[in-house]
Amino acid sequence: MQPIDCLISTPDKGSAGKTGLWRTYKPIVDEKKCNSCMVCWLYCPENVITEGEKCIEIDYEYCKGCGICCEVCAKKAIKMVLEE
Amino acid sequence: MKTIVMPGNPSCQGCPHAIGLKALGLALEDFVLVIPAGCSTIIAGIHPKATLNVPVLHVPFASAPAVAAGISAAFKRENKKKNVVIWMGDGGADIGFATISGSAVRNDDIIVIVSDNEAYMNTGIQASGTTFWKAKTTTSPAGKREDRKDLAAIMLMHRVPYVATASVGYMNDFIKKLEKVKSIKGFRFIHLHSPCPPGWRFDSSKTVEIARMAVKCGAWILWEFDGKFNLSPASKPYKDKNKRKDLKDYLKMQGRFKGLSENEILEIEKAIDKQWKYIECFENI
Ligand SMILES: Cc1ncc(C[n+]2csc(CCOP(=O)(O)OP(=O)(O)O)c2C)c(N)n1
Ligand code: SF4
Ligand code: SF4
Ligand code: SF4
Ligand SMILES: [Mg+2]
Repeated sequence: MQPIDCLISTPDKGSAGKTGLWRTYKPIVDEKKCNSCMVCWLYCPENVITEGEKCIEIDYEYCKGCGICCEVCAKKAIKMVLEE
Repeated sequence: MKTIVMPGNPSCQGCPHAIGLKALGLALEDFVLVIPAGCSTIIAGIHPKATLNVPVLHVPFASAPAVAAGISAAFKRENKKKNVVIWMGDGGADIGFATISGSAVRNDDIIVIVSDNEAYMNTGIQASGTTFWKAKTTTSPAGKREDRKDLAAIMLMHRVPYVATASVGYMNDFIKKLEKVKSIKGFRFIHLHSPCPPGWRFDSSKTVEIARMAVKCGAWILWEFDGKFNLSPASKPYKDKNKRKDLKDYLKMQGRFKGLSENEILEIEKAIDKQWKYIECFENI
């Protein structure tokens, strides 16, 4: 049988490239307000939020800046700031 | 428990399918996805990379139940305890309805999840059977005139072991339902409410809020049938019409309802009340 491995896609980050470039607004976390409840992690469609040492961390290489994390945070610990 | 959605995928900002797919990874252990055409086909990744960290089979609409039932039967033969999950859109559920119905009648051992963004989004926002009353789409530019079909109720009437509704605004409820469903045998169906920012015309940050508003104004009702019919906790308060949030607030948040008249809003309200009457009947069975 011919090998067809080259036709099979493999799971990896960035199947659509560096999607961080899509951002207009950037989510910035205030480590004093964040209590690591991880609600933003649960709802982030892009799955770029992880538990950090002091508070959550966001992978800006792929975060699309949708703003959902900011909306679901009860502590108002995330601000959306216009990208430069 | 793993998050199956890889960052950097092709979904739009604030995509509901991406949130819903995440729940599958968090709730189910060993499973295979069968995906008929739709936005999720694209989200699943652009070759040579894949977005979903589980095996995915891309299939034509009407073949999804046959493919899933076949895989499920093969797993059984090999003594493998794996779940086979069809993840499809509302358009897929329109186009492939006959075969979904047939599969339910045969009680195939599969899970079917319809992630309902209330239109055929991937082909450019055409109205589907479940598109909200009066919503503007490219095939209903003056607002949808037809009634809205209740897909989950239709599936319930197939008398299968499990049918539920869920919402991307209530992830814990959806995950709980998936966790229950994974050990049930036979045909299991979940109708997931999935507000879509470009299709419904709202800001990408509002996906979760709009999904919750739909439940709070009574437009989307969360329930579960696992042998007995139950309203889910999040929807219970809204059985009482006085407790429901103002429908106008829900409609106002979305561009697809721009320019609705008072009369049209009243008509929608009546349709929602009727929907609740059916739910009350189901509760009393
Ligand atoms: C047999 C067949 N007919 C038509 C199409 C074109 N098509 C691609 S996606 C789609 C609609 C999908 O709508 P839905 O299932 O609601 O998924 P969504 O894109 O909204 O997530 C259609 C009609 C197709 N791919 N195959
Ligand atoms: S939701 Fe808010 S408080 Fe909770 S982890 Fe995220 S940023 Fe922190
Ligand atoms: S802006 Fe969107 S993609 Fe970025 S971290 Fe927040 S929820 Fe995730
Ligand atoms: S159109 Fe809607 S459902 Fe489709 S990828 Fe974009 S946000 Fe997701
Ligand atoms: Mg759809």
